[in-house]
Amino acid sequence: MSLTDTIEKKLIEAFHPERLAVINESHMHAGHQPGFDGGGETHLRVRIVSSAFTGMSRVARHRAINDLLKPELDAGLHALAVEPAAPGEPTRW
Amino acid sequence: MSGIHEFIDNEVKTNDVVLFMKGTPQFPQCGFSGQVVQILDYIGVDYKGINVLADADLRQGIKDYSNWPTIPQLYVKGEFVGGCDIVREMFQAGELQSHLEAQGIAVKGAVA
Repeated sequence: MSLTDTIEKKLIEAFHPERLAVINESHMHAGHQPGFDGGGETHLRVRIVSSAFTGMSRVARHRAINDLLKPELDAGLHALAVEPAAPGEPTRW
Repeated sequence: MSGIHEFIDNEVKTNDVVLFMKGTPQFPQCGFSGQVVQILDYIGVDYKGINVLADADLRQGIKDYSNWPTIPQLYVKGEFVGGCDIVREMFQAGELQSHLEAQGIAVKGAVA
């Protein structure tokens, strides 16, 4: 299972999202460091709409996701962009 | 590591606005850090940029300090505000400017 799939599964189990997209953007960062070709799963973006985020601050939402994905971050996931929203909040995707 | 903790603590408490970033405001070395620099420059606030790539202990220490796994990290008046996504969302909603002004920090640039 790819890292993207693993993360998607964990987010579904934890937050039961209405909408979810886990996007591998690693290729967009190719060449930003010597020897980095962008071919792996180093830069991911999570877009998620879940009622679990209702009433939570921005920082708290990010912390909830970061805590869930701590094993992946510790294991070498280099960048994790997060766009969390509660149902009814504006999204751009 | 306690030395690093004290260094960070001192920086965020003696400077109103501090950005821990990869590279410098003049030469960001990461797209996410570069986005926050552009936002801070656009709203015209004085801030101190600290390059975490200059020191491996600092690069890890700032993650431990805030319990936040990624860089950049923005601090206002000693308080962690957020990373790139949160700063951009706040800026787009006009909340970053109002947050700074509510803390008594001058915002000299374009008005949202």
